[in-house]
Amino acid sequence: MAAATDFYCVQDLLTDEERLVQSTVARFVEERFLPIVADHYERGTFPLEIVPELARIGLFGMHLQGYGAAGMSNVAYGVACQELERGDSGLRSFVSVQGSLCMFPIHRYGSEAQKQRWLPAMQSGEAIGCFGLTEPDFGSNPGGMATRARRDGSDWILDGTKRWITNGNLAHIAVVWARTEQGIRGFLVERGTRGFEAREIHHKLSMRASVTSELLLESCRVPADCELPGAQGLKAPLSCLNEARFGIVWGALGAAIACYQSALDYAKARVQFDRPIAGFQLTQLKLANMLTEITKGQLLAFQLGRLKDQGKATAVQISMAKMNNVREALEVARLARSILGANGISLEYPVMRHMANLETVLTYEGTQEVHTLALGEAITGISAFK
Amino acid sequence: MAINVVVCVKQIPDPSAPARLDPASKRLVREGVDLVLDPGDEHAVEAALQVAEGAGGEVTVVSMGPARAVDAIRRALSMGGARGIHVQDPALQNSDALSTARVLAAAVKGQPFDLIVCGQESTDGSTGAVPGQLAELLGLPLLSFARKLSVEEGKASIHRQTDEGYDVVEAPLPAVVTVTGGINDPRYPSLRGIMQSKNKEVRQLTLEAIGLSGKAGEKALTQEVVDLQPAQARKAGRVIEDKGEGAREIVDFLAELKVI
Repeated sequence: MAAATDFYCVQDLLTDEERLVQSTVARFVEERFLPIVADHYERGTFPLEIVPELARIGLFGMHLQGYGAAGMSNVAYGVACQELERGDSGLRSFVSVQGSLCMFPIHRYGSEAQKQRWLPAMQSGEAIGCFGLTEPDFGSNPGGMATRARRDGSDWILDGTKRWITNGNLAHIAVVWARTEQGIRGFLVERGTRGFEAREIHHKLSMRASVTSELLLESCRVPADCELPGAQGLKAPLSCLNEARFGIVWGALGAAIACYQSALDYAKARVQFDRPIAGFQLTQLKLANMLTEITKGQLLAFQLGRLKDQGKATAVQISMAKMNNVREALEVARLARSILGANGISLEYPVMRHMANLETVLTYEGTQEVHTLALGEAITGISAFK
Repeated sequence: MAINVVVCVKQIPDPSAPARLDPASKRLVREGVDLVLDPGDEHAVEAALQVAEGAGGEVTVVSMGPARAVDAIRRALSMGGARGIHVQDPALQNSDALSTARVLAAAVKGQPFDLIVCGQESTDGSTGAVPGQLAELLGLPLLSFARKLSVEEGKASIHRQTDEGYDVVEAPLPAVVTVTGGINDPRYPSLRGIMQSKNKEVRQLTLEAIGLSGKAGEKALTQEVVDLQPAQARKAGRVIEDKGEGAREIVDFLAELKVI
């Protein structure tokens, strides 16, 4: 498996632990997830039954320190995301949301009491989290959010709507971002809080093995100790997105690798005009381009990971890698679909499932366009969207 | 009473990838392929961990193999083993089963243990000879083909897999046990276990260190692979058309294979 898509021997650059993480997650995905994903995808459900095993392996918040987390390198987190998304973008999203979007802000911005209460429970999978930033009218422009939090005595009253929230209906705890008179603040809102409701979004043609929801907050009263004390301003939720985007940089490679493998196997076995279609020049062009883009993406991801491990990765470096790797993964998926011909549209093969998922991945956690313009701003010093 | 367990493991070319034989050495090609902890040995590690965890003991992982074999030991340590012993020596290249058993026996001597667990056979060589030889060399009883293992009051008890069902077999400790793939569902290493494994001791031993210079490996071969033949192509399957008797025919077929 690994050798055929590790053309530049990037695996040799991994530490022993990182390689063990990769092989462990790869096997888990192959043995426990791949046999069930197609049915869940078709039915539009997330396989909740694998959550205890994900927790036992220690994937939730694996790159955080303390509170039961494994404290691994960013590269180890990256290779885990790659292998998870080789399964399905919905699986990687589940782990991303839990670790990078929920545990990370509690770990970085939460009070000691909040950390003690939630981090071990989330690490063990007993508590599932979701992250409420995006709104129906504010996607790329989260700073314009309409959700408000106002003081009432020592309590906070939250009002607003969040949309496209992964795990919303599964979550025991929502990290909700709202505008206050002092600026944007983060709140931990528990399931069952009066005035808080999650509604599942149906009729999706992408990310079907993942739960996506709308969060409704209507005069939702939470006590003062639900506020994340360290989160001041929009940079707090954006720092969470940086964490999650880093996982996507690697995850998109996983989806691309799955598509490439599927297309390569198919091309070698499928005979037309009395020869395997892998022998035709146009198929070889596709396969060569796919492997080249995967290899370039691996090098981007690896060096970004090492920079992040050294505390040197910048937001715009993460933007470049997210932009490139998702765009190219989508192209790889489309090429793979064309190699598989009519079979390419079937759930019997992973290709169209990944392709449809990647349309979501292209947009969420910063659209292709916004990451491009973030890079444009970094190059020119001129912002094109602010 | 704590029960300490030794588990013997082997690193092999990934059996899920196509295997290649080197016609010159008549051995599996180990270069340029993924090497993994033998899946059969994962069951042995899991069984060893369950015994030790239940009794408050520790698991020592022993392997003979080239430098890279330490990865297989690390994997077993990340599953929960306490320490490793790695016998590595250029003279051990192309060892036969008896040499391997001699090396393992010498490596575990001086180790305090109550039980040795092995997979029933390696997935690559599949001789299945090493555990029996190991038991003989150590003068210990052998309980083979365990699909269930329990250890208590100074004895080990197993369900030995047979064609018809199982036999219940017991032996006093210390003993050697081989386990089948049906005995358990091996755990995945946890990430925390992976982090901890790098701080666990893996003793590196040479043939000299275990007192076997010239007595194992290429200089002491007792077996030789003299010829290789490709396996016969599998015959086409039998298609049963159901004319009301289909179920009966399938049952007869399975009974013929002794699987029911």
